[in-house]
Amino acid sequence: MALFNRTPVAPLEYTRKTWMRGWVGATMFFLYAPLLILMIFSFNDSKRNVVWKGFTLKYYEKAMNNDSLVEAMVNSLTIAGLATVFSLVLGALAAVMLWRFRFPFKGVVEGTMSLPIIVPEICLGVAFLIFFAKIEWPTDLPWPLNLSAITIAHITFCFPFVAMVVRSRLESFNKEEEEAAKDLGASEWQTFRDILLPHMKPGLIAGALLSFSLSLDDFVITFFTSGPDTITFPVKVYSMVRFSVTPEVNAASTILIILTIVLTAVALKLQGVKAIAESH
Amino acid sequence: MSDPQPIIQIRNVSKRFGKVTAVDNVNLDIMAGEFFVLLGPSGCGKTTLLRMIAGFELPTEGQIIIDGVDVSDVPPNKRPVNMVFQSYAVFPHMSVADNVAYGLKIRGVGRGEREERVREALELVKLGGFEDRMPDQMSGGQRQRVALARSLVMRPKVLLLDEPLSALDAKLRAQMQFELSDLQDQVGITFVTVTHDQDEALSMASRIAVINKGEVAQLAGPSDLYEFPANRFVADFVGSVNIFEGKLTLDEPDKAAVDCPGIGKVYLNHGVTGPHGADVWVALRPEKIYLHVPGEGKAVRAAAQDAPDGHNFARGVIKGMSYLGDITLYEIKLDSGEMIRVSRPNLSRHDQEDFTWDDRVSMHWRADSPVVLLS
Repeated sequence: MALFNRTPVAPLEYTRKTWMRGWVGATMFFLYAPLLILMIFSFNDSKRNVVWKGFTLKYYEKAMNNDSLVEAMVNSLTIAGLATVFSLVLGALAAVMLWRFRFPFKGVVEGTMSLPIIVPEICLGVAFLIFFAKIEWPTDLPWPLNLSAITIAHITFCFPFVAMVVRSRLESFNKEEEEAAKDLGASEWQTFRDILLPHMKPGLIAGALLSFSLSLDDFVITFFTSGPDTITFPVKVYSMVRFSVTPEVNAASTILIILTIVLTAVALKLQGVKAIAESH
Repeated sequence: MSDPQPIIQIRNVSKRFGKVTAVDNVNLDIMAGEFFVLLGPSGCGKTTLLRMIAGFELPTEGQIIIDGVDVSDVPPNKRPVNMVFQSYAVFPHMSVADNVAYGLKIRGVGRGEREERVREALELVKLGGFEDRMPDQMSGGQRQRVALARSLVMRPKVLLLDEPLSALDAKLRAQMQFELSDLQDQVGITFVTVTHDQDEALSMASRIAVINKGEVAQLAGPSDLYEFPANRFVADFVGSVNIFEGKLTLDEPDKAAVDCPGIGKVYLNHGVTGPHGADVWVALRPEKIYLHVPGEGKAVRAAAQDAPDGHNFARGVIKGMSYLGDITLYEIKLDSGEMIRVSRPNLSRHDQEDFTWDDRVSMHWRADSPVVLLS
């Protein structure tokens, strides 16, 4: 009887089905294998970076000493940080406005707001290029003001995402909670701070993560709005890759990936993954 | 002791939403220390009225006076009333203690007193020891107690409750009815409750205002409301009732008679002061009708001797029967063709076997049982 000891696979036990495991495996492979290879080859002791030649950390050193690469990295992080803060405030306000009030042309406002999500990035990029040229936006400002054009462009396409996430979070808000707070004596502002804001928090964190990563890895729009001394990391990587894919690029990318993972982990830790995952 | 003062005075209050009139010229005095219930079907305007007392809706016309102060335009956070919401609206991100302490914190009550009062309030609703629980770790009934404590801790002049028991299961609801009454006795605060459930209203209220289409249909104590309904709406909404149309043929101070095509001649041992010959309605509760095997009834009726021969008597055939345990409910087709509902207590274990489908039965009722309604 020992031969038949295995319990049969029940109809809904998908995790024990071969085809399901194969499918999940394939998905994981194509998602993560490229990233893993990128990270592994950042330690490759070879200029051509095609064949594994041996372990080295020298490309990390090289990347760190590449002033223009570091500058691009700092620019990217600054833009992402600023864009996140502004998108968060703008997006949250827009979400609360659309959720709370009824006003004429509300549908139009909602539609217009999600335009940056729908319009192809290349069109947005060109539009920004022409727009900033037309209004003669100053380009020779000292750092970090020289990043203003890119930052404004990033805020424009980031804040609708925040608004969308926060709005869907607000849908699950029980308006009686707000009334209860007022009933207990809270003012409009106290109600917002003590009741509505805590409810929005998971949406805000998700929106912030979204904005930060959207801004950090944006290439197309940035490419059109950046000047010669406002290079961001993705634009810099692109220009480096045009000559050859050196392990230096891999090293810099790996640093960026780890940085993003750490940031996300911290944000999730702050809130608890569950609260963000479930929209209640 | 002085006469009880009205703690809430509702003066000619109307509320219109666009073209819809939710509350139509309501006048009510609610006395201090009362357990007052606003009873009515859904959409009758009772909740709007409650929300106007709380301040979440402003009256289109009229005044709301709480404890002598006209609060018609005072926002909810400045009114001396607190509300328990239908969804309880317990703040999900705060512990039980923080929920209850919230109002005191806003009011600026110091930490020491706050903790003391929170503890007291939680003891009062039998949630002592639950201070650190989060709302999602509690049952619906417990969350409701948190909402109650959160309001009571503010020591309001009036506590408003919006359908407080509608989300609880039947057993818990019955228990909470008693607990709410006890609680009100204990704290002595005026309670104003909204409900659509007549049992709830009858069991808890000191006075009930029945609301229909935004107007007060009747204002009375529970037993008056049930035994002396003022109109067909109240008779039908509160409890179960048989209503027959008829003409008033006799109306003297100590007796009255109505000729109903549906159920025959109805005799009452009191006057009704209605216009002679007018169209009226007779309301007869199912439990006030005696059921007999034909022939037997005559002897019982003769013993009672409270109505002239040929009155307060009808015959019919049982068409439907539902055994409910404590009572059995019969649907009887009268000889006139109309249906009547009669309930019969199961005094012994075999009473429900006395009558069955298609049995011919006779019915009689006492002269003080029918109610004559003019509208």
